[in-house]
Amino acid sequence: MRSEVFYIILGMTLVTYFTRIGALALFRFTGVPTWINRWLKYVPVAILTALIVPSLLLPKGYLDISLNNHYLIAGIVAAFVAYKSRNIIATLGIGMSIMFVLKLF
Amino acid sequence: MQLSNLLAGKNELAEEAWVALRECAPVVLGVVPFGITCGIMGLTAKMSGVETISMSVIVFAGASQFIGITMLGAGITSWGIIILTTLLVNMRHLIMGSSLAPYMIELPFPLQALLAFLMTDETYALTICRIHKVRYSALYQLIVSTAFYLVWVLSTVAGVVLASYISDPLTWGLDFAMPATFLVLLIPLLANRISLIVFGAAAVVSVFAALYLPGKWYIIIACLTASLIGGLLEGDGEHA
Repeated sequence: MRSEVFYIILGMTLVTYFTRIGALALFRFTGVPTWINRWLKYVPVAILTALIVPSLLLPKGYLDISLNNHYLIAGIVAAFVAYKSRNIIATLGIGMSIMFVLKLF
Repeated sequence: MQLSNLLAGKNELAEEAWVALRECAPVVLGVVPFGITCGIMGLTAKMSGVETISMSVIVFAGASQFIGITMLGAGITSWGIIILTTLLVNMRHLIMGSSLAPYMIELPFPLQALLAFLMTDETYALTICRIHKVRYSALYQLIVSTAFYLVWVLSTVAGVVLASYISDPLTWGLDFAMPATFLVLLIPLLANRISLIVFGAAAVVSVFAALYLPGKWYIIIACLTASLIGGLLEGDGEHA
């Protein structure tokens, strides 16, 4: 294992464990303060969006809104499949098939 | 008399264990495709099999593993961004932990530490349901969490093995696995007005920041801005 990857995995482990045991230690008598609660509620939506949208709109580092951008086309279809099916296998299967087909042309 | 009490106690434990296994089965099976995807993504991102699997063994947090792998694949080997993003993604555990704290506080510390390590969205949800239906049971939580952990690790291994048979994953469109997986996680969350606003804000900020800022800082900046907007809107809604 590469040592820089090992340290990253170890770091991820430590911060993740902190979030898991943290509440038992920090907020055991008080509960989580309301403002943190409100803020954290929207972290998943915000972070997933921040990962998905640029990876579809700027797959090569520059803004590419055109039919040549396979990621964007496959992404729009996959979003529709995910919305209709809520199923990871269907979404992955259809999305990746589209990527594969587009690459043939 | 004592013996029969003991036997009755044992039966009760066996009953609890059986209920736990039965109730977690569908949830645990549901995680298999995610684990396999995780293993495949690891190799696609040029991580070794051992690196990918050890991440599942010691980090054990699906969403942040996908994010970490994606970032490593994009050539980010600087700590800061990956660790900070992992922290942000997993901050939600604090909320879950604090709602279980009143029950778990009674347990011996090593058991608390173990159950905390094994806590995930899914096993938290099962444990809370059990509390509402019957009462808190550490045995139930332990069985559900352990089953979830084992299946996560084993399905990651399966993904790694599967991916090692594919010569060039990129030609098969496998790099699309990341956005597709995140879409499946994201779309059910967009169920109300504030979530849609947060989505819009994160989309706009992340695209602009990706254009003008170096590295992957756009992820953290967009996440902080959009989630704060969400929190503030939620606060306003409660006052009105």
